[in-house]
Amino acid sequence: MAVKRPLSPHLQVYRPQLTSTLSILHRITGLLLSLGGTLLVAWVLILAQGPDHHEHLQAWAGGGIVKWLVCAGFYVFVFSLVYHLLNGIRHLVWDAGYGLDIPNAYRSGWVVVVLSVVITALLALRAMIGGAA
Amino acid sequence: MSLQTPLGRVRGLGSAREGVAHWWAQRVSAVLLLPLSIWFLSWVLPVLGQPYSDARVFVAQPLNAFLLLTFMLALIYHALLGVQVVIEDYLHTRWLEVSLQVAIKLIAFLAALATAFALIRIVLGA
Repeated sequence: MAVKRPLSPHLQVYRPQLTSTLSILHRITGLLLSLGGTLLVAWVLILAQGPDHHEHLQAWAGGGIVKWLVCAGFYVFVFSLVYHLLNGIRHLVWDAGYGLDIPNAYRSGWVVVVLSVVITALLALRAMIGGAA
Repeated sequence: MSLQTPLGRVRGLGSAREGVAHWWAQRVSAVLLLPLSIWFLSWVLPVLGQPYSDARVFVAQPLNAFLLLTFMLALIYHALLGVQVVIEDYLHTRWLEVSLQVAIKLIAFLAALATAFALIRIVLGA
């Protein structure tokens, strides 16, 4: 425990690649989803509590800079869920023993990146057309 | 005080035979979350911004409430397993690590309870 062993990779001098970037993004989105999940619990509780509390929430989130922040946070949550879901499938395929070679790891990585952006954009488009945030 | 290194102490004892349980639990909850997340993105996302009565009517439907409960419990469990590993990996101050490991378990337990109570209350229409 007190033994100072060298750490690898040395992040300061390590050139980021797609694979390592997506790996850490999986962790970051996972942490963000944990926070988002906590807010989802709060939303369900407020829904059970009654219309007064819900109105407070909507009044608070409904104007000015807070509205903008809530909207941004919402789409960070949506992107995190879409990305973590797709990259999670990638991980499960790896766990089954497929696609572990470098060309396939890059190919599946780009597929996940493109699909995450496209699906998040489609969900945002649907929200704009439907009128709901 | 022993001069033996920690590695020397455990060498030859074999594994503790419990590391795989965590690994499996994370994968099984992930597989469960695949269809539930697709359902959540397709159907629940628009409801989050709706007025109270519309949102409540949606959640009060038994099937929706059941799927939302399953989704949220699986999410809380999967998140607990994930955050646990993140703390193990990055926090090396012993007291802080142990405190946070206990804290996330309490938070997950309370979140699961709150979700179940809230959803049951909404379905029963109290």
